[in-house]
This record gives sequence, C-alpha cells and structure tokens, in this order.
Amino acid sequence: MDYLKAKGRIFDIQRYSIHDGPGIRTIVFLKGCPLRCRWCCNPEGQNYKIEQMMVNGELKTYGEDITVEELMPKLICDEFYFRRSGGGITLSGGECLAQPDFAPHILHACKDLGYNTAIETTGYSTWENIEKYLPYTDYVLMDIKHMNSEKHKEFTGVENKIIHENAMKFAKSGVNLTIRVPVIPGFNNTPEEISDIANFAASLPGVKNLHLLPYHRLGEGKYEGLGREYLMHGIEPMDKEHMNMLLEVAKKSGLKCQIGG
Amino acid sequence: MNKFDSTEIKRSERIPKLISALYEKMPEIEAERALLITESYMRTEEQPMVMRRALAFAHILNNLPVTIRDNELVVGSATKTPKGCQVFPEFSVDWLESELDTTSTREADKFYISEETKSALRRIFPYWKGKTSSELALSYMADTALISFEHNMYTHGNYLYNGVGHLTVKYEDVLNNGFENILARLKTKFAELNVADPEYSEKNAFYKAAIISCEAVIKFAQRYAELAAKMANTCSDPVRKNELIKIAENCARVPRYPAENFYQACQSFWFTQMLIQIESNGHSVSPGRFDQYMYPFYKKSIEDGSLTRDFAQELVDCIWVKLNDLNKCRDAASAEGFAGYSVFQNLCAGGQTKDGKDAVNDMSFICVNASMHTMLPAPSFSVRIWNGTPNEFMLRCAELTRTGIGLPAYYNDEIIIPALMSRGVSLEDARNYSIIGCVEPQSPGKTCGWHDAAFFNMLRPLEMVFSNGYDRGVKVGPQTGDISTFKTFDDFVAAYKAQSDYQVAQMVNACNAVDIAHAERCPLPFVSCLVDDCIANGKTMEQGGAHYNFSGPQGFGIANVTDGLWAIKKLVYDEKKYTLNDFKEAMDLNFGKGLTDKAARNSTEAVIKTLISEGKTVDENVITEIYKMLLNGVCTDTQKHKFEKLHDDIDAVEKYGNDVEEVDLLARDVAYIYTQEVEKYNHPRGGTFQAGLYPVSANVPLGEQTGATPDGRYANTPIADGVGPRGGYDVLGPTAAANSVAKLDHAIASNGTLYNQKFHPSALSGIAGLQKFVAYIRAFFDQKGMHMQFNVVDRETLLDAQKNPEKYKSLVVRVAGYSALFTTLSRSLQDDIIARTEQTF
Repeated sequence: MDYLKAKGRIFDIQRYSIHDGPGIRTIVFLKGCPLRCRWCCNPEGQNYKIEQMMVNGELKTYGEDITVEELMPKLICDEFYFRRSGGGITLSGGECLAQPDFAPHILHACKDLGYNTAIETTGYSTWENIEKYLPYTDYVLMDIKHMNSEKHKEFTGVENKIIHENAMKFAKSGVNLTIRVPVIPGFNNTPEEISDIANFAASLPGVKNLHLLPYHRLGEGKYEGLGREYLMHGIEPMDKEHMNMLLEVAKKSGLKCQIGG
Repeated sequence: MNKFDSTEIKRSERIPKLISALYEKMPEIEAERALLITESYMRTEEQPMVMRRALAFAHILNNLPVTIRDNELVVGSATKTPKGCQVFPEFSVDWLESELDTTSTREADKFYISEETKSALRRIFPYWKGKTSSELALSYMADTALISFEHNMYTHGNYLYNGVGHLTVKYEDVLNNGFENILARLKTKFAELNVADPEYSEKNAFYKAAIISCEAVIKFAQRYAELAAKMANTCSDPVRKNELIKIAENCARVPRYPAENFYQACQSFWFTQMLIQIESNGHSVSPGRFDQYMYPFYKKSIEDGSLTRDFAQELVDCIWVKLNDLNKCRDAASAEGFAGYSVFQNLCAGGQTKDGKDAVNDMSFICVNASMHTMLPAPSFSVRIWNGTPNEFMLRCAELTRTGIGLPAYYNDEIIIPALMSRGVSLEDARNYSIIGCVEPQSPGKTCGWHDAAFFNMLRPLEMVFSNGYDRGVKVGPQTGDISTFKTFDDFVAAYKAQSDYQVAQMVNACNAVDIAHAERCPLPFVSCLVDDCIANGKTMEQGGAHYNFSGPQGFGIANVTDGLWAIKKLVYDEKKYTLNDFKEAMDLNFGKGLTDKAARNSTEAVIKTLISEGKTVDENVITEIYKMLLNGVCTDTQKHKFEKLHDDIDAVEKYGNDVEEVDLLARDVAYIYTQEVEKYNHPRGGTFQAGLYPVSANVPLGEQTGATPDGRYANTPIADGVGPRGGYDVLGPTAAANSVAKLDHAIASNGTLYNQKFHPSALSGIAGLQKFVAYIRAFFDQKGMHMQFNVVDRETLLDAQKNPEKYKSLVVRVAGYSALFTTLSRSLQDDIIARTEQTF
C-alpha cells in the first residue's frame, strides 16, 4: 500500500504516555512547527531541519526521516497496552499538521490496526490540509492560546485568526475536540484572559473539556543545548493557588475544566 | 449496579490498638519451645523419629504458655510477647549459639534476648550437637557440592538451617469437618493396617504420631477456652467480658468440630495457621485461597443474620494483625536474604474456581479492605488475575497498590495454570492454585513443593568461564578452556552453559541432601494430616506422602548475564573492538575501581594461595601490600583509562529491558540455560525439580559475593532484582520494560518468577490513573507475563526515610515477593530499592 511508503521527519517517540488522551498512548513527535512560542518546551522540534543539541554534555542529533512502514513497528510494540486501555497513538510535535503528506498516513495505518488516534496541534494550517487528517483522527487536542491576535503574534510569531477559524471547523466536523490552554505568566495568566479563552472554547459546538496546562521550565536547558536564547528566562512558574483560581474562572464557562492534561 | 458488595467499611477502633501493641517493643526470642522439645526428645530417644516429633509437639502444646492479648477477638499465640519468636533447635543450633549476643544489635531483623533466655538456651545447646537436620544434611552432601556452596555458587541456607514450610494446607477440611473428623479418618486407616505390609512400621508410626498430634491440638484449644473463661470471670469491663465469653465458646468448639459460623471459622483458621508454625519454623506457611474457603461461612452467617459485614471485616482485620504476630529469627546472613521480619504467609484472592468460573466474591473485597485497614507487611497478599477477572475487583486492588504498601502482588492465571499442568497437575487442581511464600504457585492442600530449595547465582558460572573453573585458587567448576580459545560467541555461551550445568548438578545434590535430612530428622506428622495424600499413604510430607511433589530452586541474575553476554557478543565477536582477555583483565581489576574491604580480603587470599602454590614465600608485609593495592585499585593510569573506556562501551550497548528483540530473546535463552537444566533432575520424595526465577532479597547479599561481571556491574554490588532489567538501564518506560520481561518463557519457570516495578504515585492518580494501571497489568499478562508487583512511592520519600527513620516507622515497601517495613531493612537493601528504576511520567 502506497501510504505506508510515505516519508516524514520525526524527532522523538515516547511510550507509556498516560496523561495525553484516552488510555495508554505512544506519542510521535513530528519535526517542524510554524509557530515559535516563547515557552515551548520542545524547541528541538521547532525547526524542520535536522539539528544537534547538547544533552548532558553529549551532542545528540534530533530529526530522523522515516517512512510510515518503518515507523509502525515502533508503535505496534505497545499494542497490548492500547488494546487493554483504549489508548493508541498521539501525533505531537513540532506541529503534526505541518507534514500533511506523512502524518495522515501514520494515522491511517494506526486506524487500520484499530488504535485510537489523536493529534495534539496548534491548529495553524490550511483547512484543506486538515481535511486530510480528519478521516483517521478520533481525538483532537488543540491549543487556544490567546484571544488577542496581536499579543498572540508577539508571543507565538503568528496571528490567531486562522487558528480560531480552524477550531470552529474542527468542532463542526464532529471530531472529539478538547481545548488546551498553556497558561503562561506575562502572556495569558490573568483571570480576564483565561475567561475569554474559556468562553470562546465553550462557544465551539460539541466541546466539553478544557485543560489548563501550567507553564513549566523543563525546556529551558534545551535552548542552551541548541545554542538559542531562552526568552522566558527568569519567569517563575505559578503557584497552585493561582492555578486553582484560574481553574475556577474557567469553570464559569460551563466547560469541564482541569489542570494538566 | 455493581456485582459485588464493595462499599467501603470503616475500620474498627480495635485495629489500631492491636497494631500498636505489635510494635511496642523489639521482637523477643523466647525459650519455652526449645526447652520443652529438648525435654521431650531426651525422653524418647528409643522411638521412631515421627513419634518423637509428635510427642514433642504434644509436650509443647500442653505446656506452652497460653496468652490472650488485650483487645483480641481471634486468639492463640506462639509467644508471650507480640512478634516474639520461639527457637527450633532440631533444625540447627550452631548459628544461634554463636550469635546469641548479637541478635539485638545486628543490621537486619534485630531480636531482643534476655540474659535468662540466653542461659536457658545455652544449657540445652550441647544436647543438640550432632542431632540437628542441618548437620545430617551437610554430612550427606557430596564434597564437590560443599565446595560449590562454600564458593557461593548457590545457597540452600534456608532449609539447611530451618524447617521447610512453603505449603498451603487444607484449611477448608479443618473449618468444615474439624480435627475430630480427621482423627476418625486416621483411626480408620490405623485400624485397617495389615501387620504383614512391608511398610507397616512406617505407617504404624505415622498414624500413631498423627493421632497424638491432632489430639494435642484439640487439647491446646481447650486450654484457650479455659483461659478465656477464667479471664471473663474476673473481667470488670462488661463489653470485654462478653467478648471473652464468646472467645471461650469458640475455642471450646473449634478446631475440634466444624465451625458453625463465620467467627468460629476465623478462630479455627487461626489455630491451624499458628500451630503449623509451632510444629516447625519453616516459613511461607501460606493461607492460600482465604476468600474461597471463608466465603461459605460468611454467606451463611450474613444470610442467617448472625453476622454483619462490619463485624466480618473486623474479624478479618484481626486475623491480618495476628499474621504479623508470628515471627522468625534467622541467622544474620539469612536475615539479610529475607529481610524485614517476614515469614511470607501468602494469602490469595480472586482467580478461578476449580471448574473455571470467576472466583471473586464479597470476601475477596474484604481481604483487600483488610490490607487497607491494617497497612502491615503480612499477609503477603496476592491476587489472581485472569481474562474474566472483573475490573471492579482489579480497580479496588489498584487502590491498595496506590497506598504504596506494595500489596497486592498480581498473578496471571493464564500462564500459571498451563505451567502447573505441564508439571502433571490436573486441570482442576491447577485452576485451584494458590501462591506460596513469595511467588510460588502450587495446588493447595496436596503439594509438598519445597519451593525455596536454593538460590542459584547465575553470575557465578559466568565468572567461572573467565577463570576456567577456578575461584580463589580452588577448582570449583569444570575446565571449559582458556577464554582465548573461544572462536565464536556460541563457543563462549557453550562454556557458560557447561559451567552452569555443573553447578546446577551440585545444587541438586545439596538440595537432595537437605531433603533426606528433613525426612530423617524432622518429619512433620501434624501438618501432614492436612495435606493430601499423606493420610492415605501413611507417610509424612517429608517422606513423600503428598500428592504432588516438587523441589524448586530459583535462579537469579538474568538481566546481568544477558547484558554481559550481549556486550561480549557485540564488542568481542561482532565489532571485534575488544578481546575476552580485555574483559577478563578489566573484571579482575574491577574496571579500575578499588574493591570493597570485604572483597579486597577475599582477593588477597586468592593471590596468596596462588603465590604459595607457585612455591613462593609470603610474609605479613606482602599480604598487607597486596590487600592495600586491591582496596585502592591496583591498576596503572593507562589501565584505568582503558577500563573506563571499555566500561563506557559496555554501557553503550543495548540492554535487556528496552524491548530490543534480539537482546530479549538472548535473555530468554539465558533463562533456559538454568530452567531447562534444573527440570532434568529428581528429588527423593518422588518428583521433579522445577525452576523459579527470583532472588527474594538475596540479590543484594549474594551480589556482595560476586566479582565484577561483563555487563559492567562492579564487584560486590547488587545483582539485578527478580526477572526485571538492571536498575537504571531500562530507559524506555514501563511498557518497554514489561515487554522485555514478558519475552522470557515464564511457563517453564513453574516455581515462579518475580517482577518488581516501582511507580511514581502520579501514575495512579484519579480513577483514570487506576484504570490505566489495571490496563497496564492486563497487557503484561496478555503477553504471558507471570507476576507483577509495585512499589508506589517517590524517591524523595525513601531518601528522607533513610535520613529520618523515626518518622517512617510504618513505611511499608515491596522488597521482593513480600513487603517489609522500610526502616528495618539493611542500608544496602534500602539503597537497592531506591535504585530500582522509577517508572513515572
């Protein structure tokens, strides 16, 4: 089958993921992202080109070109766990929508084997592209980062218009959609900003769940390893009380809200 | 609507009181049993051994102090003090004699012993010289087996120095029929004896001994009935008075007669459980399928209105506490191998019925609650899982796991049942299996399984390949040739197999010597009445009276041997980067690291022996110099650099535990080298050997006796735990690690395999966390894994507990096939538990 020959670029595979979608999952991280979120904890996934990063004093290469056919055994090995838990595969990144000639075929192959499929996405792509993914996608975890387009552009490099349009289209397509909000100090962590996002999410037909993902600094070392500047340097993660307060604010939208994925 | 009554039951206020009484004082060694058995043995020297055992048992039961502790509802104690222990001189006395003054100060499992007890014991020790089962066993062993034992190829110390235990009796026979009925059966068989039968003498002695034993048990319970009645008379608290009256009634009835209700069944169970452990000090006397044999009494008493669910729970909680009251003092070395004051009473819930239906019932849930209510190491609580096990039950079990107590252990019916059947166990009996001790499956009430026959250190034969069969200057294995002659990887593996096969044969010899010694010196007429077909055969279990007979020594070190062989395959044979001599040189010098003090001493001894054998003279100074060199590391900078490079290259090679097909299949073959060899042999009770794959906690002390190995493991450090990967070398998470482990052939290790995992609490948080955890276990079992158990505790907690033990007195962790209080473990075992890879996300 042709689609098994499709080739794309990934930079990591993470097994036994239990906090991202239903059941026990394997996450495939696709390389390359059109956004440059300042807080991104996977900066090694942002550039499409294969690059090297220092990890614990050793230079490691990130990025591997692989066909669907070559990738599948790395996913199938946890089939027992998918089957028992209702789990499966999540495509993440980078931005999985940025590889439309590869990523949908992974989902296709996984669907053929009966796995649950999910994508974790910024939603930044053309709808034409996204339509290639939809027939093989059970579950979409999509970020809404800010309702103000200027601020969105300042912190992520892109405007939010297409993203919000796509959110609506996803919702109307009937796919199971959960909205996620990376809660970032200095960007969107005021009650007003969270409230706006939550209300927008609640306006999307069929959306029931909202996840607030608190900012963490675990990616900071990677920027150094890549020889890049960490623009969030010195920003402290929020305390529990603040997150709980935002959670209460978000709940007013009527959605089922939680902290963490 | 749920199928089971699984609503929570509040813990009775009685339970914490009973628990705190357990831990008030350091456990104490008591002398009564030792004195009584000595008195009896002195009077009966002319009689057959089985009769002497029965008369001694009766003498003990007639005179052992009877004690009802405060707040108890289920009574009967082996010692006056909680968690005390009696002495069993018939098995061995030498170690106790030499350790009398250090049991209260040693590192693992301390025991207080009063000066009075010490002097009483010192008076009787001389009588036992030459009369113990351990001395007889040693005199039966082949010289080569003794040499291998001395050189730590294996240890059978457990049964050499102690009783055998490791069984589950027919509790249901006692509960349903009572000892009066068992006596009637014995008397019938006795009456039917044919004086011309060539086995008449043996059978005659057995039936008489069995009758004496059962009568003694009835009388013993009667003493409790009298004590309870007496205490009731003088009790001023009306509530306690009524409790004591009830206790007196129960003890007057059971275990002599069938239990009439659930409460009596609890009391009858307890007497049986405790008395087995007064007859012998064999550990792992396992209650087995408690939920199955107790449920009919529970159901009846609930239905006739005489029992509430709350009271049933309280009684079961009381039994759980009582199981922690029994204790055993081992020699200091064994105490490290079985650390944590554990007597491994394994109690089982769930699984299938004999006719293959799901066996979970309301009592199964009460068992889980009891572990939740008591949070104690005993019983070693096991649950049997099959494809038909309801999630409702597994989720409840997962909640117990989440508490961090290390219970329950999960067992897979789907592999254990066929494994047992492959050993000749019938389908019904296999479906009815329960777990003994740590992880050993058997058909309860009809098996003499000798499940812990020995520990076999799979790394030592690997060392012997490099030394061509020599250890510390002594020939202890076959000469498989100089390593430089091994042209292919297969040659190397063949040499390993030859070394291993030789040691397996020596171990079998040693186990069989111990086996015969027990039959001769310590037959057990009482417990044999409760195991089929001893009464029918007129023989004790030790003499081969049981229906199923096995001997199960367990091998450990699969991960190290696999990683070592794989490193050799890659670096020596595939890539040709190193020679075997490079490995040998590096291992001899511990990869450039200095040795521990203990190891340096041993190596000095070996060097001196070689020098002397070469005709050289050796003086004090030379010895000191050699020792110092070994302690600090003897190599030059060049060597050191070379060894470090080799060590790095070894580390970079793929490892077992990461779902790498070729490596995992090598692990499967490594396990076969041990398991397929073991099963070729027979034991004197008329059955076969069957291998297990687990070290209990012996991977730590036995690792101390093992040099550096080609997997890069440094000399004298712990060996990998169970069948799991080496701590820290499984880097792809719990699914990859479990997949590797599942690729072993668990069915052939029908004496049990043990897979410890450590999870971070966050992996089990919320209902979704529990569901995923359950799915994880089921998926491992789908791949025919046999056993899984979990420590759910974060690293920081364990580190803090090491620093501030006083704050963590009740912190229970999973050690191996059992749980123990973390703070009672030796420092090195604590470190090992902390080092096991924490699977988290």
